[in-house]
Amino acid sequence: MRDLSAARQGPYVAASPLVRPLSPMTRLLLRGGADARAAALAALGLPFTDTACRAVCASGRAGLWLGPDERLLLAPQSQLMELSERLSAALAGRAHSLVDVTHRQCALEVSGPQAGVLLNCGCPLDLDPSAFPVGMCTRTVLAKAEIVLWRTGEHSFHLEVWRSFAAYVSKVLAQAARELTA
Amino acid sequence: MSPTLRTPSGGRINRARTVRFTFDGRELRGFEGDTLASALLANGVHLVGRSFKYHRPRGVLTAGPEEPNALVAIRRDAVRVTPNLRATEVELYEGLTAHSQNRWPSLKLDVGAVNGLLSPFIPAGFYYKTFMWPRRAWKRLYEPRIRAAAGLGRAPEHPDPDSYSNRFAHCDVLVVGGGPAGLAAAHAAAESGARVILCDEQPQLGGSLLCEQDPGAALEDGAWLARTIAGLMAHPRVTVLTRTTAFGYFPHNLLGLEQRLTDHLAQPDPAQPRERQWQVRAREVVLATGAIERPLVFPGNDRPGIMLAGAARSYLNRYGVLAGRRAVLVTVSDEAYRCALDLHRAGTPVAAIIDVRPQVAGELPEAARRAGLPVHTGTTVVGTAGRLRVKSIRIRKLDAHGEPRGAVERIACDLVLMSGGHTPSAHLFSQSRGKLHWNEALQAFLPGESPERARCAGACRGIFSAAAARRDGENAGTLAARDAGLVVGAVIGEPALGPAHGAAASGELPQPAGRPVSKAFVDWQNDVTSRDLLLAAREGFRSIEHIKRYTTTGMATDQGKTSNLNALAIVARQIGKPIPEVGLTTFRMPYTPVTFGGFAGYSRGELFDPVRTTPIHDWAAGKGAVFEDVGLWKRARYFPRPGESMHAAVTRECQAVRAHCGLFDGSTLGKIEVVGKDAVTFMNRLYINGWTSLAVGRCRYGILLRDDGFIYDDGVVARIAEDRFHVTTTTGGAARVLAMMEDYLQTEWPDLSVWLTSTTEQWAVIAVQGPSARQVLEGLVQDVDLSAAALPHMSVAPGRICGVPMRLFRVSFTGELGFEINVPADFGQAVWEAVYEAGRPHGITPYGTEAMHVLRAEKGYIIVGQDTDGTVTPDDAGLAWAVGARKPDFVGKRALERPAMHSPQRKQLVGLLTAEPHVVLEEGAQVVLDARAAPPTRPIGHVTSSYYSATLGRSIALALVRGGRARMGQTLYVPTPRGNLAVQVTSPIFYDPKGSRQNA
Repeated sequence: MRDLSAARQGPYVAASPLVRPLSPMTRLLLRGGADARAAALAALGLPFTDTACRAVCASGRAGLWLGPDERLLLAPQSQLMELSERLSAALAGRAHSLVDVTHRQCALEVSGPQAGVLLNCGCPLDLDPSAFPVGMCTRTVLAKAEIVLWRTGEHSFHLEVWRSFAAYVSKVLAQAARELTA
Repeated sequence: MSPTLRTPSGGRINRARTVRFTFDGRELRGFEGDTLASALLANGVHLVGRSFKYHRPRGVLTAGPEEPNALVAIRRDAVRVTPNLRATEVELYEGLTAHSQNRWPSLKLDVGAVNGLLSPFIPAGFYYKTFMWPRRAWKRLYEPRIRAAAGLGRAPEHPDPDSYSNRFAHCDVLVVGGGPAGLAAAHAAAESGARVILCDEQPQLGGSLLCEQDPGAALEDGAWLARTIAGLMAHPRVTVLTRTTAFGYFPHNLLGLEQRLTDHLAQPDPAQPRERQWQVRAREVVLATGAIERPLVFPGNDRPGIMLAGAARSYLNRYGVLAGRRAVLVTVSDEAYRCALDLHRAGTPVAAIIDVRPQVAGELPEAARRAGLPVHTGTTVVGTAGRLRVKSIRIRKLDAHGEPRGAVERIACDLVLMSGGHTPSAHLFSQSRGKLHWNEALQAFLPGESPERARCAGACRGIFSAAAARRDGENAGTLAARDAGLVVGAVIGEPALGPAHGAAASGELPQPAGRPVSKAFVDWQNDVTSRDLLLAAREGFRSIEHIKRYTTTGMATDQGKTSNLNALAIVARQIGKPIPEVGLTTFRMPYTPVTFGGFAGYSRGELFDPVRTTPIHDWAAGKGAVFEDVGLWKRARYFPRPGESMHAAVTRECQAVRAHCGLFDGSTLGKIEVVGKDAVTFMNRLYINGWTSLAVGRCRYGILLRDDGFIYDDGVVARIAEDRFHVTTTTGGAARVLAMMEDYLQTEWPDLSVWLTSTTEQWAVIAVQGPSARQVLEGLVQDVDLSAAALPHMSVAPGRICGVPMRLFRVSFTGELGFEINVPADFGQAVWEAVYEAGRPHGITPYGTEAMHVLRAEKGYIIVGQDTDGTVTPDDAGLAWAVGARKPDFVGKRALERPAMHSPQRKQLVGLLTAEPHVVLEEGAQVVLDARAAPPTRPIGHVTSSYYSATLGRSIALALVRGGRARMGQTLYVPTPRGNLAVQVTSPIFYDPKGSRQNA
């Protein structure tokens, strides 16, 4: 029998100067009370925070605040099994929902001094660092698609896009990038 | 180019760069920095268009966006032709090709001008009164003829080849208008540290100062203008957008700006967008939109060569163009004397200054007298002459009562300049729902309090002098920055309103009593005269909104920028009411017309909407699949072999599933993971089914109702664990079902410990259906016993396939033995290919949605939205068995208990078999009782699904029929264009009613 466990194929992403697809990663969506959230972040070695629209990250893992009881947990691809088990143990007995959404979405990085301007071609949020500082994350839209936007640096953003919208989002960004680079 | 019409020096044009252009095929020259209008005037061309209704020759009236006459088409190439551009705003570029509009065969000889002769017979409301009878003629004769004759310019016939861009921006202070007030406001706000966006529709900043010979003198500060502009351009927190029109003011300080990027370039880069539409969200807005000069209303006031005084001044000082060789100024205010003085200085003879006011003694009129200009006070204009260009003007002295009594005097001239005072531009303020108040002293509507966080500055709120406007702008900019939360310095306070120029709001010049006034135009673009307005008032119209619609005044593309106040004043006088009581019409966006492309932005072609594809899409495309749109998804509809018709392909695919094995991409199905200790309670309350008894590892067909008791969605639900359900929805229903679930969870049952997560895109779904399905999978699946005993119909098991983790469902939407393999999406294509390879010895055949529809219809499985329409209960659809009768409640339960929901006469789902087995009914066809029934007849039902079933060798149909289940065996009729077809009512399950195949 063939072993296809390495035969992953992500969605199409259009290439453009400021945008690059990030390699596959593990994604778990956590919903639950304060105790569950604290336990999960601790199990991942992440500092605890309940600040709205803020991400915490440490050693390649991140926890993104997406709602009062909702965290998107990101980790390297290889850690899915390990983290699922560790989280199950840490969350046992605490009311929560943990769902693997690794394949539901993919990640793009938008970076460069014009990154914010490029995103504002389709994202209505104020991306000035005073309004959207490094570490801020939120659900928003890019043109007609929903995305999760996370500012990872002054000039870099991490976008989480549902996989069937990745082609559209990357093509919109590629078209908009033509205006900026010309 | 006639050298005498350009001043020897001065202006803001670049005389070192000559620009060639054509107008109606005639080659002309202008300078860099010209507008099309200024360049035409420099060439002595005043006649630029024909009017809308009477086809009267028309010239350039203004020098700005308010222009009603000089509408032209600009042609770049065969497909880039833009109609209805205002020549006063079109920047000249090398090779520009402009055409006049609304004339045939030529601008100078226009057949449509016969309408002008008929004008006494085409008064306001002519169309409403005339083309009423006979009724039939409207569609065939009147409307086509009127439409053919109407319209300004031609709509482009080709798709727009240009691209357009979109940009969102935020700022502390948005300043609209780059004149003295706007520049000062932007500067003051930026100095306070505010993030500022300054936009102006002109290519250069300066606003009204661009029309001054010496802006420094007007400002009482020589260096301010250059210093301020340079400071703003260099400021890191300031974005300056020129050629950018703020066209709309939307709630919560959202403004739409249209930035024109390439229209002024001779050779635009085709890769660059033509326009960029900005949506700016501002904490504070400063409107510094200036004022628009009003024309005067007198007979023959529309001939080419008659223009606004301020426009002539702008052409002279900004473009170095003399608009005529012998000028007459007609005015009701002091301000316009500036124009006469400027023209005089430039060497244009001023034949007369006609001032309606009996006494004139201001500083400017005195200067005119000192310069030797003939000032006729207490005088009116009673007519003009000249066919394609004004040649003379007729004036009469007014008596002590303001009646024209004196002898008619004729003054030869080729330029008539008129000034009826200024109207503050309150368009955007009014769009923001700000109320305007009448100011008697200024004879103008001025902005009051804004409901938005906005303030006005400068001429748009009645502060007319440049120096005062600048102070007002500085004050407004400082206050805006303060209100945006910044620390500001001293507030200088606002200057006084004015000066009042003494002009009455009404631009109507006195005319002899007793004779109707003809051809005294109020609205140039829609050809509305004072007589039309008086007629409307006489016919009983009182509301200005009604008069506007009846006469069409102010309804042209210029939205009455030059005409509204004159129209209002004329109506007010006629019906004897003060102007503020007659009221104002509503200002609507856009301020000036905006290209459709600007609104579309990126949403064109392949980016019109997201195109969602499944992980298996590329494989299907490679196999030549024909796709159909389902919501935003592309789904494979059928897989034709070379030369195969759709019917043949679908037949082949159906037969393969029934005989061997089919492979189907179900990835688009909505999937929701319902997790938490109260998950089963949640499912019990939401779906009609009982879930408590569903064991882990088993599936159930679930039905979701709205609270009105009608079917909203359906799908298979699997219990993965005690506290975890894998819920599937229809493809189109995925988002709305999740939204409905969240709605109930958050608002009705916040006490439940349960959470919802969309997993639609987490899983690729590969359906393997048919008698050989088990054999196909046996060699691939690990950790799952596929036997009927271990994995019966409607069960689910975790496991692996080719090493990939999966959830394996034993379910069937075809009536055959079936499995649905759910694997993480990135593995979808690889697993699909492995299954396909393993299935080839078994005749595995990929099938699309069309075959899927036929197969499920053979089994009588409904499709929500096709066999249901929002009025179908579970019982209507034959699904009463699914209702968990013992449950205390579920969404829709109360509605289902209403007696009407149990009427035996409700439409019920049945099967229909045509008497002629090869006739396939049309979906949507009506069902009637009587073989001879002809329309109008009362249908008792309609066909919801209809196919040719290759398996059964005949057509089948599903239908909703009144009392249908009691009609089994009855013959009914389906009206078609070929006559009423006999059909027999049967069970909706046409194939394997006992279900032995799917349980195999």
